[in-house]
Amino acid sequence: MIARKLGSFLLPLLVWSLVSYLPFIWHPKVQVEAPGGVDYFLPGMLVDREEFAQQSADMRQQGLALPTGVPANPIYLPAPHQVAKALYTAFTTEPEQKDAPWLHESLWQSIQIILWGFLLSSAIGVPLGIVCGTYQSVGRLSEPFIEFFRYLPAPAFGALAVAVLGIYDGPKIAIIVIGTFFQQVLIIANTTRKLEATLIEAARTLGTRGVRLITRVVLPGILPDLYRDQRILLGWAWTYLIVAELIGTSSGITFFITQQARYQHFENVYAAMLIIGVIGFGSDLLLGRLGHFLFPWDRTRDRT
Amino acid sequence: MTDHLQQTPEVKERFAQIYEREAILEVQHLGKRYVTAKGETEALRDINFRVHRRELVCVIGPSGCGKSTLIRILAGLESLSSGAVLVDGKPVSGPGRDRGMVFQGYSLFPWLTVKGNVMFGPEMSGHPHNIADGMARQWLELVGLTKFADAYPHELSGGMRQRVAIARALVNEPRILLMDEPFGALDAQTRAKMQSHLLDIWKNLDITILFITHDLDEAIYLADRILVLKAHPGEVQELIEVPVPRPRTPGQSMTAEFRATRAHLESLIHPPEVEAGTPEEAAVLGQSHMIRFTNVTDNVE
Repeated sequence: MIARKLGSFLLPLLVWSLVSYLPFIWHPKVQVEAPGGVDYFLPGMLVDREEFAQQSADMRQQGLALPTGVPANPIYLPAPHQVAKALYTAFTTEPEQKDAPWLHESLWQSIQIILWGFLLSSAIGVPLGIVCGTYQSVGRLSEPFIEFFRYLPAPAFGALAVAVLGIYDGPKIAIIVIGTFFQQVLIIANTTRKLEATLIEAARTLGTRGVRLITRVVLPGILPDLYRDQRILLGWAWTYLIVAELIGTSSGITFFITQQARYQHFENVYAAMLIIGVIGFGSDLLLGRLGHFLFPWDRTRDRT
Repeated sequence: MTDHLQQTPEVKERFAQIYEREAILEVQHLGKRYVTAKGETEALRDINFRVHRRELVCVIGPSGCGKSTLIRILAGLESLSSGAVLVDGKPVSGPGRDRGMVFQGYSLFPWLTVKGNVMFGPEMSGHPHNIADGMARQWLELVGLTKFADAYPHELSGGMRQRVAIARALVNEPRILLMDEPFGALDAQTRAKMQSHLLDIWKNLDITILFITHDLDEAIYLADRILVLKAHPGEVQELIEVPVPRPRTPGQSMTAEFRATRAHLESLIHPPEVEAGTPEEAAVLGQSHMIRFTNVTDNVE
């Protein structure tokens, strides 16, 4: 099952490798090896292919030494092995700037922001969603406003969040909460409404009433779907991370990425992005497995 | 041809005994109106009947006659617009443990095991876990599902699921068991087995059953009396005493009483003059040309 999932990664990797390692595919640049007679060429420099051909022709005309070089891709497309190396060195060698955080420190910072944001959002959003879905009156009262609010882009609250919550983790967590919460209430209310009405009726004929209808029937009835919703929403929270971390003092994995991009260490940028992907995908895979174990009665299981 | 009103002395005697018992369920001038976007519709009008202790009454009628609405009102799942429903002389307001209900779609709790489902009622009425457990085991034995106590509902066949639903309703020891087309989704063989199983349970317990069905044979096979409703609005058309003697066996379906009763029910539910329904429907049905998707020479008949 895992093997089949990893299989779908092979094709993109193959394309990336072909573009990187076969000099006749794309490669719009030339990496200069010896400048020859061209006064502004430096070894290791990347120039456009046309530019290189033009200069070579000029040198030939003037009878000067020809420059030499190999076809290359632009700096923003490093080859797989470069990214792999960056991934390795990021965890093994000290950062170039002193007092800059290690990659794993940046990551841990980001994961904490996500988890706090998601937990806070869920603590209110899940119960509210269930109540909205169970009691029509509550749903009608609160959902139009939530529906309106969810269209307000979460990043727009950045400046406000900083003004209210300071410049450190507070506003970042707030952005994740704002980005997740309103969707969460609506999605979970909807999931709750889809619970078979006869289950609640059956419970009522068996003498269940009041709060116990929610705790003993609605909640266990929607639990597998609720769990699936939460997995999707957690992925949602990750997409707000980059914006959230740019607010106030830049921090976490975003700080790492923007810093590395500034120094044109694109292999490090790709390495960091890859790690985000691996963490997100890996945790979802893990949670999916856990779901199978937790809900043995669930018929609409994810196909694995 | 025997008439459905002809009863042997034994059958007459049995009905006399039934009517001597106290009435468990009494429905008086029951009416139900819905307000929908299209205006007000009358689902039930002036329904009157009483069901005596340990009687088995079936309710039949054409689709749209409000049989499901009736049983849902009796269960307390829907409100009534006028009249009254009395169980043991007390008016019904909302669902209660004195009325058990078995739904057509099983509606077992999928997150609970078979035993967990049966224990649900006792736990709701505050029995401690071990007592509820004991009660569940006892009722599972009665419906013959002891071996499947720890299975989940989705692992069972339709007939087994419905037996769990019956055990789940009976464990609360209701005065009356309401069954809303409980065997409608089962295949013919399983349904026949479930019918005789239900009769066995009913024979051995102090339970009164109100059973909704659209299957005439099922109604005759099970019922002491059959309540026939007619549609738009739902009204009592007739309350028929079934002349087929007990104990019932599937072989009785060829007897004269059975066939006479069936013919009578048939004439009530599908009266010949309204066969074609509304004029538009009649026009559609009357059209002689049918689209053929096959070659004419391939006539299968």
